[in-house]
Amino acid sequence: MKVERKHKKNNLGLAGWISGGRYGAERYAYTLHRITGLGILFYFLLHILVTSSRIWGQQAWEDSMAIFETPLFKFGEFLVFIAFAYHALNGVRLIITELGYGMGKPQRPVIPYKNAVRRQRPLLVVVMIIAVVIIVFGGLDFYFLGN
Amino acid sequence: MRESKLWVYHIIAGAVILVLLGIHMFIMHLDAILYSLGIGSQNPIDSGVVFARSKELFFMITYIILLGTALYHGLYGFRNILMELTLAQKSEKIISGFLTFCGVLLFAYGTFAAVFVFMMK
Repeated sequence: MKVERKHKKNNLGLAGWISGGRYGAERYAYTLHRITGLGILFYFLLHILVTSSRIWGQQAWEDSMAIFETPLFKFGEFLVFIAFAYHALNGVRLIITELGYGMGKPQRPVIPYKNAVRRQRPLLVVVMIIAVVIIVFGGLDFYFLGN
Repeated sequence: MRESKLWVYHIIAGAVILVLLGIHMFIMHLDAILYSLGIGSQNPIDSGVVFARSKELFFMITYIILLGTALYHGLYGFRNILMELTLAQKSEKIISGFLTFCGVLLFAYGTFAAVFVFMMK
């Protein structure tokens, strides 16, 4: 069956993606989820190619690792770690809400009422606290404890 | 394939990645903390440690699972973003085809590397 499609122009362009507009914190969480997702994807594709260098033996592995032993790459890796922690924890929230948990039962919108987004907001706070804790531990490992 | 089905796979892949990448990140980046608790190795990217790990069946299998699920999750997510541009249907088909091609190619290469190093003497 051929689906008829309307091609509406994306008038807001990039700003339509990035700006939260009149929406709340979750909208920015969504924007950040996409940015971190794209960042991780870019790193991951390179990561496959770099780590596969071990098919050429131990020397090739050591040579390719030596390229990345600069402060700049180390900081880049830490950024990927931060992106991972954020994307993973926010993703947990997204799965929980996608399955319909944590939002309460549907209610009549009688003023004053809390909508489902607001009812699940504590979840956002909790996952962000966990993400920050993981990032702090990661930072300790990257810059103070690790080698 | 139905779009809703692909979306469900995306979510399932996300849950699998959460576990496997969680392990990966703990081993690679919380190594000093783990090592002080007596788990893992002092330098997880030291070539000897890397090759020893690659020759363990558990890591070989989980590498391949993580590679496949992460490629699917990442490339499908990227496709989702591109689909929001409301491009012409032909462009959408080209994008989907190209991303599928890249994903399959990288999966094949990464799987080959994992199996090859596992069997290396």
